Amino acid sequence: MMIFEVKVTVTLKEGVLDPQGSAVQNSLHQLGFDTVEGVRIGKIMNLRIEATKDSIDDQVKEMCNKLLANPVIEDYRYEIEEVVSS
Amino acid sequence: MKFAVIVFPGSNCDLDMFHAIKDELGEDVSYVWHDETSLDRFDAILLPGGFSYGDYLRSGAIARFSPIMKAVEEAATAGKPVLGVCNGFQVLLEAGLLPGAMRKNAKLKFICKPVALKVKNSETMFSMAYEEGSVITIPVAHGDGNYYCDQETLASLEKNNQIVFTYESELNGSINDIAGITNEKGNVLGMMPHPERAVDSLLGSEDGLKLFKSIVKHWREQHATTS
Repeated sequence: MMIFEVKVTVTLKEGVLDPQGSAVQNSLHQLGFDTVEGVRIGKIMNLRIEATKDSIDDQVKEMCNKLLANPVIEDYRYEIEEVVSS
Repeated sequence: MKFAVIVFPGSNCDLDMFHAIKDELGEDVSYVWHDETSLDRFDAILLPGGFSYGDYLRSGAIARFSPIMKAVEEAATAGKPVLGVCNGFQVLLEAGLLPGAMRKNAKLKFICKPVALKVKNSETMFSMAYEEGSVITIPVAHGDGNYYCDQETLASLEKNNQIVFTYESELNGSINDIAGITNEKGNVLGMMPHPERAVDSLLGSEDGLKLFKSIVKHWREQHATTS
């Protein structure tokens, strides 16, 4: 078994209106940042998981599909890093 | 008839729901804590509004895995009436007992006021006491009531007559102004407006009472024909 640090990023699907993102985009425009063409707001979750190298990917995927993201309106992606003890 | 009001940590409309059933409707009602596992002794299941688990992660996302939810799914499969109001609706969506999902209100505001609703389908076990097409007044109180589903789901909701209530005027960004939908079988209803807060004219409206009367009427009819 090894320890992994997993960073899960959840965002609203493309095409699903993001009212928070639109509000932040408007605010950026008011500040003069006219170049901003889109803002999407999401969530980052950092997980620390003890698992084997073979099972970690499936485990994270299952967690995302079951709880961490709502597949009706959200997409997710994740990065897995092995923790090296010093 | 025996009603269950499911109580999650953070539910806050459970007392209103209890009052509506016991004092206004005059039927039997009990609270059922979220970590119980059976609803066999009940004829109808009510999921009240509030902020279950603080709305952490997504509204309803954590409550959906409460131990009692297995029993709620069984009750739904058995054809018992299951009503989710506001946060209860969000829990039913997260549980997959109803199609679609909730987003934050389009203008990011928590909306708390009486609204006009159109009764789009008066043939369900929740709406048979209303006249089809009639306009009723029921309060809303939500921040995440912006209903979303994909076009394919919307088409099937319309085709099967699953849209029971719509907002008379644009309220929170919901697709097609949807305020309440049933499952395909018609025994699970989710709605953002609070019928339990509209059961006494002294408090502004009694338009919500007919919803609960519909459930009782339907149940009595069923039992008259089967026993």
